[in-house]
Amino acid sequence: MTNWSIEELRENIKRRQIVSQIFAILGLLLIFFALFTLLALTVKMFIDGLPRLSWKFFFSFPSRKPEEAGIFAAWVGTAVVMMMTAVFAIPIGVASGIYLEEYGKKGWLAALIEVNISNLAGVPSIIYGLLALGLFVQDWNLGESILTAGLTLSLLILPVIVVATREAIRAIPNSLREAAYALGASKWQVIWDHLLPYSLGSILTGIIVALSRAIGETAPLITIGALTFIAFLPDPPFTSQFPYISFAWLKSPFTVMPIQMFNWVSRPQAAFQANAAAAGAVLVVMTLLMNGLAIYLRYRLRKGLKW
Amino acid sequence: MVEQEQSQSMVSERPPVVAEVVDLNFFYGDFHALKNINFYIPANKVTALIGPSGCGKTTLLRCFNRMHDLYPGNRYEGGILVNGENIISPKVDPIEVRMRISMVFQKPNPFPKSIYENVAYGLRVRGIRDKSLIDQKVEEALRGAALWDEVKDRLHESAYALSGGQQQRLCIARAIVTDPDIVLFDEPTSALDPIATRSIEELMVSLKERVTIIIVTHSMQQAARFSDYTAFMYMGELIEFNDTKTVFNNASHPQTQEYISGKIG
Repeated sequence: MTNWSIEELRENIKRRQIVSQIFAILGLLLIFFALFTLLALTVKMFIDGLPRLSWKFFFSFPSRKPEEAGIFAAWVGTAVVMMMTAVFAIPIGVASGIYLEEYGKKGWLAALIEVNISNLAGVPSIIYGLLALGLFVQDWNLGESILTAGLTLSLLILPVIVVATREAIRAIPNSLREAAYALGASKWQVIWDHLLPYSLGSILTGIIVALSRAIGETAPLITIGALTFIAFLPDPPFTSQFPYISFAWLKSPFTVMPIQMFNWVSRPQAAFQANAAAAGAVLVVMTLLMNGLAIYLRYRLRKGLKW
Repeated sequence: MVEQEQSQSMVSERPPVVAEVVDLNFFYGDFHALKNINFYIPANKVTALIGPSGCGKTTLLRCFNRMHDLYPGNRYEGGILVNGENIISPKVDPIEVRMRISMVFQKPNPFPKSIYENVAYGLRVRGIRDKSLIDQKVEEALRGAALWDEVKDRLHESAYALSGGQQQRLCIARAIVTDPDIVLFDEPTSALDPIATRSIEELMVSLKERVTIIIVTHSMQQAARFSDYTAFMYMGELIEFNDTKTVFNNASHPQTQEYISGKIG
C-alpha cells in the first residue's frame, strides 16, 4: 500500500488537493453571494435616501407632508433610550458576569444559571416587550416612557453582556490571579486591579455589540406603546429653577429610528419611502460607527496585553 | 530505637526556626495528598523540597501561603506554626498569611503592567500611597533581585519586554518588596535556560540574609548545589528531612538513597 512510486504519490496528492480546492472556491462564491446581497440592499437604500439627507431632515419633526418630515424626535429618542439602556444594562450585566465567574460557587445551580442565560439571549425580543408591558407599564406604572424603553432593552441585552463579561474574565490566565492573590490582594483588589483592566477591551466590545443589537429593535418598543408620530422632544434635563436638574424626561413618550422608519414605510406615498430609506441610512451609519468604536477600543485596550 | 536517637540528635542540632509543621494533613476533596507531615523550616536558610512527580511537594509548598484556599473542596488538618500561630487554621485570614509569606511561581507571571507597577503592587495592595516610599522600596527590591541595573532606565516599560530570566527576577523583586518572612519558590527555574537558572540560584543564595527560602525543585543537582536543608517526599509522605549534605551523602532511609541515586522518580 505504502511503497508507491513517486508518480503514484503525486497522483494521490493531486486527488486530495482537488477536494481542498473545490471547497475553497465554493466558500468564496458563497461569501460573495452573501456580501453582494447585503451590499446591494445597503447601496440601494443609500441611493434612495441620500437626496433627502439635509440638516433640515435631522432637525424636523415628522409631518404629514413628506418633504417637511424629519427624524429629529426619532434620533433624539434613540440616543436617549440607548443611554438609558446602557445605564441599566452595563453595571448589572458586568457585575453579574464578575459575580458568576469569580465569586459564585461552581455547582449544579451555576450550571443551570449558565444554560439559562444563554437561553435568555435567544428569546424573541417581542417576548421581552410583553413582559415589559405587564411589569413596567402596568404593574410599576412607569408609562409608555423612555424609562420603560431603557429597562426593556436592557433586559434584552443583559444576557449578551453577562456572557461577554464572563468569557472575557475567563480568558485571563489563572497564573495572573494567583500572582495577585499571592501578594495578599483581596478578591475585590484582584478584580479591580487586574481582571477588569485586562478584560476591559473584550467587555466593551461585547457591550457595544449588544447595544448595536438594541438600537435596531422595534418589536418590544411597539409592544410597550412607543409612539409612531411624535412632534416634540423629551423635557430638558436641566431647568432654570432649583434644583436645576429634572428627571421629567424619563417619563416622557418617545419614538426611535426603526419605529419612525416602520411608520414611513407603511405609508402609500412614494416620498415617504424615500424618507424611510434616508432614516435607514442614518441608522446603518450609527450602527457602523458603534461597531467601529468597538473595533478601535479592542485594538487600543488589548495593545500590550499578551500572556 | 534508631528513630529515637535520630530525633534526639535532630533536636540537639536544631537551628533557629521560622516555621514548624506539625502533623500536617491535606486533602483535595477525598484525595489524601499530604500525610502526617512533621518538620521545620530553619530561619534564613534555603530548604529544598524534592521528590518524584506527584509526591506532594508543590501541594506542601502551597500550604504555606494558603493558595489551596482559592479553590473549593480543599481541606487542611494539623498545623503550620509561624511565631506560635497556626497559619492554616480557618480562623486566620489567608490574606494575612500571604502578606507575610510570598511566592514565586514556576512560570514567570508578571502582570501586564510596567516593570515599576509590577514591583509596587505588593505595596499598593496594602494601601501605601507615599510615592517616595514606593520609589525607594521598588529600587531596593529590584537591586535585591539583581535586576536594577538592567531596568533602571525603563522602569515604566511593559514587563513583557523583558526576557524570561529577567521576568522571573522581576517576580522575585515583586515577592520581596514587602519584606516577607518566607519566600516560597515553586520550581522557579524549570522554564529557564541554564544561564538564567544559574543567576536565579545565585540570587536566592544572596537573599538568605533577608528572608527564609523554601524551594520546590525537580532537579536534585539544584537542591544539592545551594540548599541548606532538604526534605525528601514520596507518595504524600515526608520520608526524610535533614541538612542537605546528610541527605545527599548519608541518607538514613533507603527510599531517599534510591531516589537520589536515580533508581526511583
